[in-house]
Amino acid sequence: MKILVAVKRVIDYNVQVRVKEDGSGVVTENVKMSTNPPDDNAIEEAVKIKESGKATEIVAITIGEEKAQETVRKALAVGADRGILVKTNGVVEPLAVAKILKKIVEKEKPDLVFMGKQAIDDDCNQTGQMLAAILNWPQATFASKINVKEKTLEVTREVDEGLETIEVNIPSIITCDLRLNEPRYASLPNIMKAKKKPLEQIDASELGIDTKPRIEQVKVEEPPKRKAGIKVANVEELVQKLKNEAKVI
Amino acid sequence: MSVLLIAEHNNKEVRPFTYNAITAASKIDEDLHVLVIGNKADAVSKSISEVPNVKKVIHVDNPIYENYIAENFTPVILKQAENHSHIICSANTFGKNLMPRVAALLDTSQVSDIIKIISNDTFLRPIYAGNAFATVKSTDKKKCITIRPTSFDPAPTSGGSAEILKAENCDQTTLTKFIKREEVKSDRPELGTARIVISGGRGMQNAENFKLITAIADKLNAAIGASRAAVDAGYITNEHQVGQTGKVVVPDLYIAVGISGAIQHLAGMKESKIIVAINKDGEAPIFSVADYGLEADLFDALPKFLEELNKLNTIQK
Repeated sequence: MKILVAVKRVIDYNVQVRVKEDGSGVVTENVKMSTNPPDDNAIEEAVKIKESGKATEIVAITIGEEKAQETVRKALAVGADRGILVKTNGVVEPLAVAKILKKIVEKEKPDLVFMGKQAIDDDCNQTGQMLAAILNWPQATFASKINVKEKTLEVTREVDEGLETIEVNIPSIITCDLRLNEPRYASLPNIMKAKKKPLEQIDASELGIDTKPRIEQVKVEEPPKRKAGIKVANVEELVQKLKNEAKVI
Repeated sequence: MSVLLIAEHNNKEVRPFTYNAITAASKIDEDLHVLVIGNKADAVSKSISEVPNVKKVIHVDNPIYENYIAENFTPVILKQAENHSHIICSANTFGKNLMPRVAALLDTSQVSDIIKIISNDTFLRPIYAGNAFATVKSTDKKKCITIRPTSFDPAPTSGGSAEILKAENCDQTTLTKFIKREEVKSDRPELGTARIVISGGRGMQNAENFKLITAIADKLNAAIGASRAAVDAGYITNEHQVGQTGKVVVPDLYIAVGISGAIQHLAGMKESKIIVAINKDGEAPIFSVADYGLEADLFDALPKFLEELNKLNTIQK
């Protein structure tokens, strides 16, 4: 079995994001970039499945500028076998990402495609579902447990009401929740080894897909700030304020 | 052309967020149609037909729609999409799972999780866990939109009498099979819609200590929330998680106990009307969004808090 794992390079989750003064976006220059957190869970799960003997090859793919290959290298360092960078410039919306991934899926013919459930930059939560749709494959989103069976996967999903379990045919698309596993760190020897693993570069323009954005970003602004509150001295004062000032209890 | 909203329900009752989504959808266009896909869900269609904002209910009923399977729902929505300009649902796990599958097959770039409608093609949505707001304009002919339910008031539930139209089901998917859903039943208000939420974080130290929170929640008729740290540490189950990757809540009162205020947690609660933080670390970021901050050891403060609440003659429910 072959697993394709899609990873995205985003502003590190610990960075306090700042909006550009001209309203054109957020500051990305000289900002620490990392793998989108749930994509780390996607890689980890693929590696675990391979370690259990149920998968033979893991291919990590990213879509973005030249530098995005760092994200693929990181995936190679924790256990992916080879990597693909599809080079693009500017904004690539989830629909276009799904179309690019479809082309790669048709070429690579994986049995499973894993990715994080949501990217923490645009917070769209779309790509996996869209890829499943255009491939006419089943989707298991927000996965917190995956059980690989003969021709299917049993997937437990994190839903608002609690947990839902579904069975999806292979091939399928799985989007991973942070609760799926605990991603491992890459060891130094593995980081060195990853540098020698093959990383193919493809120019998105060669794929014959229209990746032009359909959504125009009019402006980006700071969210309204909350006005500073006060510190209360003790519990009595807190309850008194909630009762008589805020009138919420 | 009219707007099509996909209702969320459990075949007996309408899920509360559907009413918030109705408000949002009717702001885009008054000619609002609601699609009910379910199994023996007549009561759901009837309830929705009584919402004054709704002009028409389209009801598709078949045993295959007992559970939400995106692969089963999508063809029904695609068929109905032909006559509608906008397809809308809530940006909760129901809509997040379903809408992109529909959008991709309509070759539409979806606009996710909007918090404000500026015009019928321009919307405001949070990005970077709510650290920035983007105004975006969709240029697609047909628009697929998910709305953040807590950013819109629920529509009134009575006074209307929309026509209910039956429509045909589509074929059942062979790709995906429903196995089970484990719902956590509770007498408490639902986290997403509760007027008061009290949440615990890593500072609670263990699951046992959450009973201090439970006691106050009982007194205030509040829902119980948690930070991701508390959920990951196993103090409490995942459906209580508030944050970017959990639930977004906008209660009248949010009480954060032993929660430092990581960006991802703030994304889920900072729109609350009144925020209280109880934390022994006076430098914790949670204090920067709190209306009332109490720098104290939660193990002293929570029992005292309950004591003070017990002294009050009346508590709003």
